[in-house]
Amino acid sequence: MGALTLSAVTKSFGTVDVIKGVDLEVQDGEFCVFVGPSGCGKSTLLRMIAGLEDVTAGDVRIDGVRVNLTPPAQREIAMVFQSYALYPHLSVRDNMGLALKQAGVARPEVGAAVARASAMLSLDPLLERRPAELSGGQRQRVAIGRAIVRRPKLFLFDEPLSNLDAALRVHTRIEIARLHRELNATMIYVTHDQVEAMTLADRIVVLNAGRIAQVGAPMELYNDPANTFVAGFIGSPQMNFLKAGALGRRGETLGIRPEHLQISREAGQIGGTISHVEHLGGETNVYVHTEVHGLLTVRLFGEHRFAVAETVWLTPEAGRSFLFDAAGERLRG
Amino acid sequence: MAKARQSLPRTAAAHAILIAYTVIALFPVFVVLINSLKSRRAIFAHPLALPGPGTFDLIGFQTVLNQGDFLLYFWNSLVVTVVSLAFVLLFGAMAAFAVSEYRFRGNLLLGLYLALGIMIPIRLGTVAILQMMVAAHLVNTLLALILVYTAQGLPLAVFILSEFMKTVSADLKNAGRIDGLSEYRIFFRLVLPLVRPAMATVAVFSMIPIWNDLWFPLILAPAEATKTITLGAQVFLGQFVTNWNAVLASLSLAILPVLVLYVLFSRQLIRGITAGAVK
Repeated sequence: MGALTLSAVTKSFGTVDVIKGVDLEVQDGEFCVFVGPSGCGKSTLLRMIAGLEDVTAGDVRIDGVRVNLTPPAQREIAMVFQSYALYPHLSVRDNMGLALKQAGVARPEVGAAVARASAMLSLDPLLERRPAELSGGQRQRVAIGRAIVRRPKLFLFDEPLSNLDAALRVHTRIEIARLHRELNATMIYVTHDQVEAMTLADRIVVLNAGRIAQVGAPMELYNDPANTFVAGFIGSPQMNFLKAGALGRRGETLGIRPEHLQISREAGQIGGTISHVEHLGGETNVYVHTEVHGLLTVRLFGEHRFAVAETVWLTPEAGRSFLFDAAGERLRG
Repeated sequence: MAKARQSLPRTAAAHAILIAYTVIALFPVFVVLINSLKSRRAIFAHPLALPGPGTFDLIGFQTVLNQGDFLLYFWNSLVVTVVSLAFVLLFGAMAAFAVSEYRFRGNLLLGLYLALGIMIPIRLGTVAILQMMVAAHLVNTLLALILVYTAQGLPLAVFILSEFMKTVSADLKNAGRIDGLSEYRIFFRLVLPLVRPAMATVAVFSMIPIWNDLWFPLILAPAEATKTITLGAQVFLGQFVTNWNAVLASLSLAILPVLVLYVLFSRQLIRGITAGAVK
């Protein structure tokens, strides 16, 4: 029995269907990431799991128990929000202890739980402060601490890193991964950032327009995407989509990742001119304009000298391309 | 930091306009105050002159404080204003929270219905209100006034507060729900403190019409025991003779409590009015 089971879950706001039937099983101790573009319904789905939104149809089960009508506080979950959502009138200590206090846990036990969580996140020097006296990174650590204190069956993260700057984001990402290992807890994590999804997840759920586009381990999605949506969403820079017919292949679209496109000044399958070059040090991205396939991206590792307006030839690496039909579904075999 | 965008003539012009407006707004109050301290003869001879050694006279205040139950009128006004204000803020905030926070059928219509009162003056319903109060045996009670003023203040309160409550972070309320706070705790402990500036704004805007009102005290509670200060001051206004000393003195005294309440609210008020402008 999984820690969380969604069966045929749907959500409608009036006549608008936001979630159009989602089936999913999350195993105990799994780190599951919901990823998708904005408006795909990933946050709504998370709020339905939390009980902050009603389920229009279908069942939500936590630890095998149907919780469709259970209020959020009794679902034994904890949630970390994008905007931290700390109580402004309470100190860090009281913020972290409030849920247990509400549940009627004795005062010494609350204190012990807060101390344990605070030690885990090195929050001890901040315990007596108010949220207004903390920096963004500190606030998010307190919010994570508040979640840990409850020892929930399920941790829910709603884009927790989106309000942090780049350096802090990487740092907090590593911290969340460490917590997941230490607590061995089930975590559901919503993000629009596919890098966060790839680096944190045991399993990624890619959502598109209220439906699951594909579920799988990060490398499964990268190496074996089920459709053009997943192929385009996972991986950065984005996968190139070429016209399969023009290359003599079956299907409608041929997908090839930028790192699997070879570039040459002398010869190749597809001719084009360089329209832009990005030098990132460790890698070089070359944008090539082609007559038939439009703008293609080539990702080269290390430093390379290419000039804008140069004529180059591109060749997809054998065995690295994916074929898709007109509906965007993968053609296999 | 803002220096680059300011020039001396512009600043001077802005201040000139603001000072001119302040003078115009304060002038009537000033005239009332200085004349309340003068003898009757001096009021008519030189209405704009400051009270001097020959003209200074406290007869107005003496009349007011000696005649009738002026302290009682004061007390009545204060009770009516403070209680009405408390009801307006409490019920207005609750209704605003419901309208802004919960999705239910007819939510938008209900919000519009509640806001309708801003456009339709409550005095149009005076006859019906009087009939209701007579039927309920509430004529000549302060409760009648409190009920009417609460009704009068609610539309604006709901309208302003619901807009402000929409700006309170949904994540914060949801965090409270997950931590097991009741909706009442969320409302009183999380949302209300965050909309305090808006509450002060509503308080000031609702308070002044209540304090100044003459219409409803005259119709619903004209008895001696329930007179408010504005009604009480009318005894000095006669058809043929008006005791200007007493009228001006009572008006001067009537300014005081409002001023005190305003000072209490004003810091929050300024934050409420400028909220959103500075972020």
